Amino acid sequence: MNSWIEKQRYIIDFTISSLLRRKVKNIGLLALYTLIVFILASTMFFTYSIKKEARLILQGSPEIVVQKIVAGRHDLFPVAYIDDIKGIRGVADVEPRLWGYYYDSLVQANYTVMVPSRQIANSPSDARTTVVIDPNDPHAADVNKPMYEYDGAAPEAGTIVIGNGVARMREIGVGDYMPFMAADGEIMNLKVVGTLSAESELVSSDLMLLNDEDYRKLFGIDKQLVTDVVVSVKNPSEISTVASKIKKKLHDSRPIIRDEILRTYDSIFNWRGGMMIVVFSAAVLAFVIFAWDKASGLSAGERREIGILKAVGWETSDVIQMKFWEGTVVSLTAYFSGVILAYIHVFFTGSAVFEPALKGWSALYPNFALTPFVNAEQLTTLFFLTVVPYTVATIVPTWRAATIDPDSAMRHTGE
Amino acid sequence: MRQSSWFFFGITAEAIVLSLLLLHAASSENAQQSSLAQKAALVKNLRLTDLCLFTEARYTRHLSQADLNTAFQDHPLSLEHFPSGSFTQPNLPNEAP
Repeated sequence: MNSWIEKQRYIIDFTISSLLRRKVKNIGLLALYTLIVFILASTMFFTYSIKKEARLILQGSPEIVVQKIVAGRHDLFPVAYIDDIKGIRGVADVEPRLWGYYYDSLVQANYTVMVPSRQIANSPSDARTTVVIDPNDPHAADVNKPMYEYDGAAPEAGTIVIGNGVARMREIGVGDYMPFMAADGEIMNLKVVGTLSAESELVSSDLMLLNDEDYRKLFGIDKQLVTDVVVSVKNPSEISTVASKIKKKLHDSRPIIRDEILRTYDSIFNWRGGMMIVVFSAAVLAFVIFAWDKASGLSAGERREIGILKAVGWETSDVIQMKFWEGTVVSLTAYFSGVILAYIHVFFTGSAVFEPALKGWSALYPNFALTPFVNAEQLTTLFFLTVVPYTVATIVPTWRAATIDPDSAMRHTGE
Repeated sequence: MRQSSWFFFGITAEAIVLSLLLLHAASSENAQQSSLAQKAALVKNLRLTDLCLFTEARYTRHLSQADLNTAFQDHPLSLEHFPSGSFTQPNLPNEAP
């Protein structure tokens, strides 16, 4: 066993010396290979983590959201429909939602403006510390109180709670005023009484919470209309049935069930997505070129080297072992370096390389640290996608060269 | 030192770093449970439906609530022009009728 290990070590010594003789070519190869693994691993880590986080966070999203559709577009939902939905067997509760978008021309950003619904979470730890409240505000409670001490009444008239992204971008905080232009042209100055926590930016960065009357005044929406409604169902297995009953009863409605919301985020950054396929195809194409370069044959120098090795007594199996170690040295080094760099990139630098593309034209982008969900399956997949094909591609042409006569291998050097 | 020793030393060092990062992943996963729970509670309390990933257009801000004719929202021949639209795909077929 020891002699076998020693033999392999000598072969590795020779292989590395051989690689170092063509230093520039091989270091370039290693760098490019590492880059491919880095891109693939970064994409894999990022998409897997965001999908898993979305699934965990959005588990609590509404069971059914019912929109009204007019000419294929989302329209305001008449309050009168609520009783129709309540009359459907299996419906536990129907709650209107008021939300919309406000474009802030000052910073060219879109905010999501929302009237908070009444609180659901019973666990105090779940509902606490999400809003940082101004200690000087006489109306504000201490931070240990639940997230909405107003319990469904939302912020008081003339006040708002803003997401951390809005606070950061506008450089405002508790106690400051934010001007809004209402639908009737009047300027509404709303006082910031709280900011949503920085930890929740992934879901709340652009949120603005205000009360029902301020919302209706801001957007000029009549009391008889809401944005959409949330339906809760008594038996979770009947969600789909209830949704179909709603559709049958209200032909101009579009029920969206929770499963669809979750599936939307399961398919986000899908490999078919335009940008993803560009990233992937560039990486895969580069890898195919590597593999092709290796598989299409050896250079004249390498062929002569094999001829000399065979002439001095190396066996075919030794030559193949040497080439196996050559592939292993390059691919293992590239694999480990690429994966380590990808992990640092995604989970320590907030995907700095992807960020410009992800931000797009958004003026307001959430600062969020992804929870590192990494498992052995991802690493194994990556290993078989990169290391194995490269190593195999290195061995096959060598086997062809190593089985020919050393004399002819050394003579045919000009090809 | 022999070349092979350098190689094994390097690979072992990289494997150790990777193991430490995996340990970091496992420990952060546990440490972030409360943060995840807080976000989930916020989603539940505010009846939120989407992640705040792309705020550039209404259909990318609320992907699950977007109109089904999103790509043509500006006019019938309009092509997708927001960068984030290229990361996502249209809402999956509606199972509810």
